[in-house]
Amino acid sequence: MTPLLQVENLSKRFGGFVALDGINLEVAQGERLGLIGPNGSGKSTLVNCLCGTLHNETGDVHFDGRPINGLQAHQRTHLGMARSFQLPRPFHTLTVAENLRVPLLYTVNTRPGAALSEGQIEARCRELLGLVSLEHKARKMPRDLTQVEMRKLELARAMAADPKLLIADESMAGLSQSEVKDIVALLIRLNERGITIILIEHIMSAVMSFSQRLVVLVSGRKIADGNPGDVIRDPEVERAYLGQ
Amino acid sequence: MRNWQFFLAALAVGIGAYAAARLIGNDYIYFAGYVVLQFVVLATAWNILGGYCGYVNFGSAAFFAIGAYTTVALHKFPQFSSRYLPEVVNSVVATLFPLPMPVLIVVGGAIAGLVGFGMGYLTLRLRGVFFAIATLALAVVLQTLIVNWDYVGGSRGAYVIRPAATPYFGINYIEYLFLIMLLLSIVAITVARSIERSQLGYGFATIRDDELAAEATGVPTLRLKLIATTLSGAFMGMAGAPFPFYIGYLEPSSAFGLAYAVNAIAMPMIGGTTSWVGPLLGAILLGGLQQIASVTISSAVSLLIVGLLLVFFVIIAPNGIIGLWHKYFPSKDPDVVERERSAEAT
Repeated sequence: MTPLLQVENLSKRFGGFVALDGINLEVAQGERLGLIGPNGSGKSTLVNCLCGTLHNETGDVHFDGRPINGLQAHQRTHLGMARSFQLPRPFHTLTVAENLRVPLLYTVNTRPGAALSEGQIEARCRELLGLVSLEHKARKMPRDLTQVEMRKLELARAMAADPKLLIADESMAGLSQSEVKDIVALLIRLNERGITIILIEHIMSAVMSFSQRLVVLVSGRKIADGNPGDVIRDPEVERAYLGQ
Repeated sequence: MRNWQFFLAALAVGIGAYAAARLIGNDYIYFAGYVVLQFVVLATAWNILGGYCGYVNFGSAAFFAIGAYTTVALHKFPQFSSRYLPEVVNSVVATLFPLPMPVLIVVGGAIAGLVGFGMGYLTLRLRGVFFAIATLALAVVLQTLIVNWDYVGGSRGAYVIRPAATPYFGINYIEYLFLIMLLLSIVAITVARSIERSQLGYGFATIRDDELAAEATGVPTLRLKLIATTLSGAFMGMAGAPFPFYIGYLEPSSAFGLAYAVNAIAMPMIGGTTSWVGPLLGAILLGGLQQIASVTISSAVSLLIVGLLLVFFVIIAPNGIIGLWHKYFPSKDPDVVERERSAEAT
């Protein structure tokens, strides 16, 4: 079966600094993949290259069976790739519900045969708000949300694009233990709906409880890829995290 | 209210304003009213890019001047044609020219829109202060081109003799220009309002808030920016197209004047940039005050008024008159209340 996401020999440099060095990665349909690595290992650069925010110098990225190199970020979103940001980036002059309208108008409505009526958009917004338990904040502005609510809004907005692949970039940073559990449960619920998820995270308990497969990046290179239990016992991974 | 209903309501208000001007029966009303209405169009056009998308354009005067100089170029074309073009072409030109004012406005708007598109395309990757500087540079480049273009008068300027009367409705020409600018204002306001309430309006708001997040949610930001620069430029050009007939003598320093660049920014800022009402209020207030100051004190004072009011509003009411209004007379719509609270906090 063709993987949903296929990355071959992807490299990215910033001047003389090699941020990503020949990354190969495959993500299967419906998979829950954890992506970890120390600060500066290239996780966010990889996400930015996959989502079209940055353009990779070498390598090929295939999504859903088609090459997406050179496509702009919004075109990749239209194809079914959505992301949440490390630091929440809501549209601060739009209400919470309006934040969700944007991907419905600009992504879902542009897909062939998927034009939503005004009533369907309203209903979908309510459904998404229910999914992240933010119904009561629908008419609030993002600045009125708590940190965890902001993270949930970020995920709901990514979900509003009706993605095949969701890339959650440090969705739990700065959250309490119980809030982390909330977000992990939410991500698992989304995965159960058939959405493939890549989770980039530093909180190991969350990564371990979420991931079916774990990939480790260090200094722009992939050093481990496999079952989470095996990967964290890999001596090279231990060295990368704990030092020699 | 649907867009066509709004257009009809605005048209009714416009007809009322024209009827009131006729009752007064003094041509000065048309002269002063034309300037205020021209600023309504200019401020509304600026707000499409500056207010809705958050891209500050310092080069409004350039787009205004493109409209004005397009009119000059077309006005002089029969002369050029009779001298340099073959008789066949000349006879066609003689039948078509002089072009009626609505055609001049459409052509001026189209060319300014095209330049707006070009500016948008060249500055796609620029944001904030860099974009603003690029627009300023565009104005300087265009002014230099016009100064050195002999056909449109170069630095000497060009005379455009305004006919005493128009063949339409049996009214004098300045009244006709006033009516045309009134209609153009209504069209510009209706377009701005329809953008606000459309998918395009949401797209523009996401560009203003966060372009990276906008792209990630599927908004084609580059395409939308091009739409905004083109629309904004086109309306500015339309505002400038009748200007040579109003002023009679057009020179680069008047067409590219500081007054247009400053007023185009100051009026939406003072009125409020979040809604179509802001530029309208700002233009009426500032434009009206400047006209009164020009008659009662001196025309040099008018820019001083703009500067003082701009400083006052930036410090005391950064969300303009609209922001002040919502502060003291809160809306019953919870979305509007939240939006105003958020705007005040930021």
